[in-house]
Amino acid sequence: MADEAPFQLLHSELIHYIYKSADGENGRNITKLENMGFRVGQGLIERLTKDTARFKDELDIMKFVCKDFWTCVFKKQIDNLRTNHQGIYVLQDNKFRFLSHLSAGKQYLEHAPKYLAFTCGLVRGGLSSLGVKSIVTAEVSVMPSCKFQVMIQKM
Amino acid sequence: MSRQSNRATDSKKMNSELFTLTYGALVTQLCKDYENDEEVNKQLDKMGYNIGVRLIEDFLARSSIGRCQDFRETADVIAKVAFKMYLGITPSVTNWSPAGDEFSLILENNPLVDFVELPDNHSALIYSNLLCGVLRGALEMVQMAVDVKFAQDTLRGDSVTEIRMKFIKRIEENLPAGDD
Repeated sequence: MADEAPFQLLHSELIHYIYKSADGENGRNITKLENMGFRVGQGLIERLTKDTARFKDELDIMKFVCKDFWTCVFKKQIDNLRTNHQGIYVLQDNKFRFLSHLSAGKQYLEHAPKYLAFTCGLVRGGLSSLGVKSIVTAEVSVMPSCKFQVMIQKM
Repeated sequence: MSRQSNRATDSKKMNSELFTLTYGALVTQLCKDYENDEEVNKQLDKMGYNIGVRLIEDFLARSSIGRCQDFRETADVIAKVAFKMYLGITPSVTNWSPAGDEFSLILENNPLVDFVELPDNHSALIYSNLLCGVLRGALEMVQMAVDVKFAQDTLRGDSVTEIRMKFIKRIEENLPAGDD
């Protein structure tokens, strides 16, 4: 897939731009990136689900996000999906695309969050378009694997 | 299992939509951050340049295209190989200047503006200006200095999108002293 490279480069430009323009406040930057992802996620899932059947339940939606949505964005599926059946889902990607070009050691671990914010937004935006309100956070313990935690907000 | 059907076919299209949407989010953010459109255009060009200087490596690795003999060949490679590979379109190469140092790329449809409409208060915004930066950056890495700008844009009411490229000079590589 040749058209992956432009998206990856655009994503790093995005991060570069946000971090360069704002005055160093990390939390604000993360929020900005997250919001951009949210918008993109909303639009993308609308296009993706255009011809799909209605979802059975929340789990069905999450599976769709792990398979189709993830494949569309990252060319692979989520490696592991876990849930406590009470509205918390953990999506694990063992080789997260946006981290795989960083050194795998501990050296850049502190920079990982900025590479995850956009994707958190993507997931949250996608879910919100499907009528699921959520909070999405991410954590990395060993690069380049990454866990996204989705907390469903009951409406 | 109706959900499984015809997915492979449009995954390519979806991917370009992902790029289009992300680019849209970026331009929106830039418009929020800067007061005038000229500044946004400049930023887009700069970011495009950064992408171009990296993208060229990916391009050379993937396409296994060798050195171009002249600017005409370069134009063909850009239109037929590079645009095809990354944006899925093949612009036509026309309007050569008599000296053969300037040409236009005509884009029948521009994937970047798929979901876009320019509001009235952004009349000076060159929405796809990133492309100019990408071309400039990429060509600079293969020793060609070019000037790239949009001559026509469908977003602003023209019937086609036209990118004008002008060859400026060949960049000579300056070897560090005593290193040859």
